[in-house]
Amino acid sequence: METKKIFHAPVIHEELNSLKAGDTIYLRGSIITARDAAHKRIYQLLQEGKPLPIELKDQVIYYAGPCPARPGLIIGSCGPTTSSRMDVYTPLLLEHGLKAMIGKGPRSAQVIESMIKHGAVYLAAVGGAGALIASCIKKVEAVAFEDLGPEAIYRMEVEDMPLLVAIDARGNNLYEIGPRQFARI
Amino acid sequence: MKEIHVSKIIDTIARLCIEACYNVGDDVKALLEKARQHEASPHGKNILDQLLENLRIAHELKLPICQDTGMAVVFLEIGQDVHIVGGDLYEAVHEGVRRGYTEGYLRKSVLSPITRINTGDNTPAVIHTEMVPGDKVKITVAPKGFGSENMSQLKMLKPSDGLEGIKEFILQTVIDAGGNPCPPIIVGVGIGGTMEKAAYMAKKALLRPAGQHNPDPLVAQLEEEMLQAINNTGIGPQGLGGTVTALAVHIETYPTHIAGLPVAVNIQCHAARHSEALL
Repeated sequence: METKKIFHAPVIHEELNSLKAGDTIYLRGSIITARDAAHKRIYQLLQEGKPLPIELKDQVIYYAGPCPARPGLIIGSCGPTTSSRMDVYTPLLLEHGLKAMIGKGPRSAQVIESMIKHGAVYLAAVGGAGALIASCIKKVEAVAFEDLGPEAIYRMEVEDMPLLVAIDARGNNLYEIGPRQFARI
Repeated sequence: MKEIHVSKIIDTIARLCIEACYNVGDDVKALLEKARQHEASPHGKNILDQLLENLRIAHELKLPICQDTGMAVVFLEIGQDVHIVGGDLYEAVHEGVRRGYTEGYLRKSVLSPITRINTGDNTPAVIHTEMVPGDKVKITVAPKGFGSENMSQLKMLKPSDGLEGIKEFILQTVIDAGGNPCPPIIVGVGIGGTMEKAAYMAKKALLRPAGQHNPDPLVAQLEEEMLQAINNTGIGPQGLGGTVTALAVHIETYPTHIAGLPVAVNIQCHAARHSEALL
């Protein structure tokens, strides 16, 4: 049996550079969530040269907005949201040190170009597997923009979160390679 | 005349919101299992395994199957011999949604389209009402996630576009959606009527048990043909390549105007949730 490939967050550069599109990995460590509204605020703050409420350097951002936790659990369902909605903001975040993104669905050419330039990876979580992913989250803390409710920024400790390397730091893109391989038209 | 008190509507809607978000129907589960058997891609198989495992965990831990517990779309089929008493029917629907989303720990995702400020309780619901013969009220709650809703399209085709134009538009909508709507998807299609009638039919087609064909054999054949064509695209589970892109295609039709050919395609992710009750 294949050994489990572990990937740590915040990223370790040697680990990141060894990732290839199509690799199955298990994420361990500390990540932050941010989706539409949080991205818009981060983008504005960066453009205005103002300080951010979170560190971006070497961080892993998870595009997610969880369900509220029922008593006895630390979080509700927490699967990925559609990444392409963040595409317009992403290159600026990569410029400021963001190294990995977790989401679902393809990314724009501009994002991929910026990922190659800054050596970042894009990891696919299974959209709709919100309960399974919640079971990998061990600790949660709201760290910024709490007024945004489900769109607030949370810091999460995750253990063995199953992910697929969708786009690696050299720009190899499983959203293109995969469908081409199975197309029958 | 039979009377139904709004309190009963409130309780039923609250229960249906929770039920729909925690469970996917046996119809969808069976199609996911079948997809797992037929999927040719190893990544695709792994993804389908995770989806099936997710259903098990959601059930066990009483968690919503997906964190996008949607905007609540509520269909009311009201018997014309029923009298609703005790208050405003639509307010009762909203109150049911408010309670269901709060008591069920569901995500509140509804906000103003202009200010983007969240309403805080997932209201208002989108309500569709139809009058039908009889003295019953059928309530269907279909929470709609927007990963898939965003990938839906409507087009006013020309009569000269014909059946080929319809097929091309359905297929192109699925190709444009790619990996965004969490494939494997269910594709709801409305052909004919007016602009809003086509969209309504596309949405309503999604309420059918997954994989059940339209009773009209010509339409059923088109559903089968489109399912094949969609699964030949190679998009696959999550858009990462594979042989299962859609679990089913459901098409509804209605006569249209001599000058037009409206076609609406409503994309539904594999979390095809809907619960119903008959009062």
